[in-house]
Amino acid sequence: MRVQLFVTCLVDLAYPEIGERTVALLERLGCTVEFPAGQTCCGQPALNSGHPHAARRVAESFVEAFAGTEGPIVAPFGSCVHMARHGHARLVGDHPEAAGVAARVRDLAGFVVEDLGRTDVGGRYPGPDGTPIAWHDECHLLRGVGTAAAARTLLAGVEGCHLVPTARGDLCCGFGGTFALKVPKVSAAMADEKLDRAVEAGARAIVSTDPGCLMHMEGRARRRGIDLAVHHLVDLLEPNGTL
Amino acid sequence: VSGRVVHPPRREPDPAITPTLHRAAGNWAANRVRAKETVDWDEWRDRATAIRTDAIAELPELLARFEARLTEAGGTVHHAATAEEARAAVVRICAERGLRRALKGKSMLSEELGLNAALAEAGIEAVETDLGEWIVQLLGDRPSHILAPAVHLSAEQVAALFSERSGETFDAADTGRLVGYARKALRESFLAGDVGITGANFAVAETGTLVLVESEGNLRMATSLPLVHIAVVGIEKLLRDWDGAAHMIEMLPLAAHGRRSATYTSLITGPARDGDDGPEEVHVVLVDDGRSALRGTELESALHCIRCGACLYACPVYRQVGGHAYGAAYSGPIGAVITPALEGMKPPTGELPWMSSLCGACTEACPVGIPLDDHLVTLRAWAQRHDGDAAERTFWEAWARLWSRPASYRAMAATAGRVLQPLWRAAGGGAGGWLRRAPGPLSGWTDERDARPPAAEPFHARWKHARGR
Repeated sequence: MRVQLFVTCLVDLAYPEIGERTVALLERLGCTVEFPAGQTCCGQPALNSGHPHAARRVAESFVEAFAGTEGPIVAPFGSCVHMARHGHARLVGDHPEAAGVAARVRDLAGFVVEDLGRTDVGGRYPGPDGTPIAWHDECHLLRGVGTAAAARTLLAGVEGCHLVPTARGDLCCGFGGTFALKVPKVSAAMADEKLDRAVEAGARAIVSTDPGCLMHMEGRARRRGIDLAVHHLVDLLEPNGTL
Repeated sequence: VSGRVVHPPRREPDPAITPTLHRAAGNWAANRVRAKETVDWDEWRDRATAIRTDAIAELPELLARFEARLTEAGGTVHHAATAEEARAAVVRICAERGLRRALKGKSMLSEELGLNAALAEAGIEAVETDLGEWIVQLLGDRPSHILAPAVHLSAEQVAALFSERSGETFDAADTGRLVGYARKALRESFLAGDVGITGANFAVAETGTLVLVESEGNLRMATSLPLVHIAVVGIEKLLRDWDGAAHMIEMLPLAAHGRRSATYTSLITGPARDGDDGPEEVHVVLVDDGRSALRGTELESALHCIRCGACLYACPVYRQVGGHAYGAAYSGPIGAVITPALEGMKPPTGELPWMSSLCGACTEACPVGIPLDDHLVTLRAWAQRHDGDAAERTFWEAWARLWSRPASYRAMAATAGRVLQPLWRAAGGGAGGWLRRAPGPLSGWTDERDARPPAAEPFHARWKHARGR
């Protein structure tokens, strides 16, 4: 199957290895991965900052980057997928190609589990065998795209770690893009609740599907000197557990 | 002065109240699980949404019908376009009849209007009769939750208040005795009151009926003991008919507490009939105060709100900051939407839409389908248009120019890694290059977290090198 990788700007600029692992996984599952060079960003940062005009220009470039391509558009970042699938209808709904492109956008786990029908793709935790991990549900997968269950399905097939339950796992970690900069103390308190609950549950790592949440939680854990590894789900889906 | 806005939002957690809030929010979350076991939640929410959408769409017609039916039933309708008119109407009704001791039923609209201050100014003593609201009133405090006004207070604080007020000693653990004291004090007020002033949860146009739901029975007493009952009702509370009202009367407690029935549900259609006990006069003050201006806008569905409080308990920001942080009568996600919307973005209300991480928990919790996170995004744009920061606007315009041109974006990305990595290191980036202090607007990030360095080579460049296309 031909698949278009939507790498997202944050992965491009800060987490290129997440993009590479996404490609490796998709190719291992038999997909032919293409990467349209015209892509930059979905426009969400500007929209959530109250600048829809700026967001619209970038969203249009997103639509144009993918309009002439074929197959599902897959991203390792649920929030950007939610923006494209839900937000673009309001923002660039009048663009003739927008609806067609939006309907093709899929998050990595949702694509693998629901479209490819692969519920177990293996994988090994990239750390000590038997590591207890906490799962952080990405808000925009859980409540937006609706594929949080698919991500957990893939997690269940990973060896070398086990999931420890944490209370109120549905709560936001406090990243929220612009929110993290504009309301930093509340944002940090929200991260602390996540981190403290993970530590109390005995977890040695937090795993999620949102590079924004990861950057926020890892940055906060480092600031507080909390010894918790932070991983994207796709880090755990590498067959050999090596990063 | 309207009671709607008190101060700019406080963007800080309040560790003194978070344990209490987390417990209350946890109870609510458990109740929501029960609600979903009780009914087909999605179906119930969709039906409630349809009922509210219809009511707001047909509001002028329903208001006229409500007034006609209530007038036929012997009640009197007053119209208030503004908060000032609403306060004046209530004071006038009291003054004309020489009413001086008001029994208040908990009403968010009353908070919004700043009604108690207006009554006090007119020499009318107003006693809040909802236990939480009464405690808040005694402390000279403000309610911090739509349904649970005193949720920010501990039992210890209440015991201290009652001890000071009575000269007796109360133990925080002895809730029975605390409630007993409140009941006795409130009973004395009930017997002395000469006018009941309440809000209403719904107003049913079909029959001109007010619907009041509550836990404590104080509303029933405040609307049946005095000879005059005044209800202040936002115009958005209208419902078309009893078919819809029956659903909403179950939906409200279900969303709020996970139960299909409130402890007390009172249906009031005009004054007491011949020979019945109850008020001789029922006055309904229908308050607009910015509401009708929202009809036909992107935010119209904010008028669906039935004030169940679910979005507050669901919100991860509210649970850190508490209701007072919002600086307004309405708090939580719905407060961050309707306060600026009703105030026409008047400063400082434009700051409220940022009191959200846009996680969508509010929208998920809402029993009447209000897309609260979408509304918050819409209001951020309204706020930026109204009194946005010029430097910020310039930044986003430059960002859009660069990021809407893929070649420029790629050149920027390739340079950023090369330039920023050494800068990150020079600025003291520690292990792995994480930075502890960043300048300018990025300091909002590094005040609380370390900053990850940008990749030396972005994905775009890596792909090109590896795949040559």
